[in-house]
Amino acid sequence: MSDSMYERRPRVLIAKPGLDGHDRGAKVVARALRDAGMEIIYTGLRQTPEMIAEAALQEDVDVVGLSILSGAHMALLPRIFELLESNGQEDVKVFVGGIIPDEDVPRLLEMGVVGVYGPGTLTDDIARDIRLALRAQADSTPSA
Amino acid sequence: MDLVASVLDGNRLALARLLTQVENNTPGGRAALSGLFAYTGRAHLVGVTGAPGTGKSSLVNQLAHYYRSLSEWRNSQQAPRIAIVAVDPSSPFTGGAILGDRVRMRDLAGDPGIFIRSMASRGSLGGLARSTSGIVQALDAAGFDLILIETVGAGQAEIDIARLAHTTLVIEAPGLGDDIQAIKAGILEIADVLVVNKADRPGVESTERALRGMLQLAHPAPRVFQNHHLMETIFTLNKSVDAGSESASEQLLWIPPIQRTIATEGNGIPELADIIEKHYLYLLKSGEWLQRERYRLKAELDLLLQETLVARWRSSVSEERYGQVLQSLVERELSPWEAVTDLTAGGGS
Repeated sequence: MSDSMYERRPRVLIAKPGLDGHDRGAKVVARALRDAGMEIIYTGLRQTPEMIAEAALQEDVDVVGLSILSGAHMALLPRIFELLESNGQEDVKVFVGGIIPDEDVPRLLEMGVVGVYGPGTLTDDIARDIRLALRAQADSTPSA
Repeated sequence: MDLVASVLDGNRLALARLLTQVENNTPGGRAALSGLFAYTGRAHLVGVTGAPGTGKSSLVNQLAHYYRSLSEWRNSQQAPRIAIVAVDPSSPFTGGAILGDRVRMRDLAGDPGIFIRSMASRGSLGGLARSTSGIVQALDAAGFDLILIETVGAGQAEIDIARLAHTTLVIEAPGLGDDIQAIKAGILEIADVLVVNKADRPGVESTERALRGMLQLAHPAPRVFQNHHLMETIFTLNKSVDAGSESASEQLLWIPPIQRTIATEGNGIPELADIIEKHYLYLLKSGEWLQRERYRLKAELDLLLQETLVARWRSSVSEERYGQVLQSLVERELSPWEAVTDLTAGGGS
């Protein structure tokens, strides 16, 4: 049986929290990461932080990618981090895409967001950043 | 606490991590599955298959929702705990996948009695992933009463689900093919229940007629308990199952019922759940539950034997020798059969 069937591939949850109904960007990123060989769990629109954390848990993802266009990122992210942590998933890497004002970017990074991507980002860069973040993690924690 | 104990204890993070290990076939995952195996065999495994876009995910969503709304189920005073395993295809080029079945299952969020896991097919062609049976075993051991297994959008030949599940639902939708499709071999033959979803669409009558015609033409032969008097047995089945009588000495025959549903609105879902219960009783009474169990474990055992023997043999043959034989094959000096004889007879070197 070929090894590819059992290969460990990055599992990425792509979620769209909040009430705006525009998920084109999330779909473009999901598709690009698929083409980069990752397994994407796509949850669709209008996800609450609770739904996102629950899906991240059940799917045992390595990465959560959030598409936020509503401006609610400063409220959503702390809640999502809190839930991930209380589920024992503090090691999950969180990326944010969408419309994020420049002045909020450092504050998001401080909270623990690994990368923030605005319009015009090359999807290759996102895939590369995800791989780098996961590799750094794998190097620092010996795998079970 | 180790992984096995944590999973048996109901720890959801431990379960999720175990599923990842099983999916990746790690030594830890295999050891944990071995530890959990004694606790498996209790869940009712229900497969859901059908062409892409027939509404499998929506139907699974509605079924799970309905089961969770029950105040009693089988011999229990509470709703069954439901696990959902949803398989979507991997790209044959990059190996990546978009697993999108959760999009239709958002109603199920926040219910601790539900656990949804998506998985990519990773090159398997039978409609499931190679590790789906292991994933299902882990969920079974974790105490889920009903496990709904959604295959990749399947056409005519993706029939692995019938080997894995106790009850297989084949989902059709109006407008997907004429009655010649319905008499071909393959996916329709594996149905224990035929569901005509999107029953509000035009053409539902002709789809149902084609399926009914298929069932009347020939009930697939090797489905264990055949009986001579078809109508009589259907009657017996309904009578004995409905009345819950213990006259199981009569041979039972299951004729796949056809149920119309509109999954997006929940129409036909209680009726479908009812049919699944009838099939469950039929499996128990007819002895087919045990027979399917045996058949499933045999398939699993044979596959593992093949993988293990091939891997062991492969490690005994040098890359160089394998390459030489392959080259002889390319140059038409050996036929594939001769090559196999050559490689297996010689052994090492």
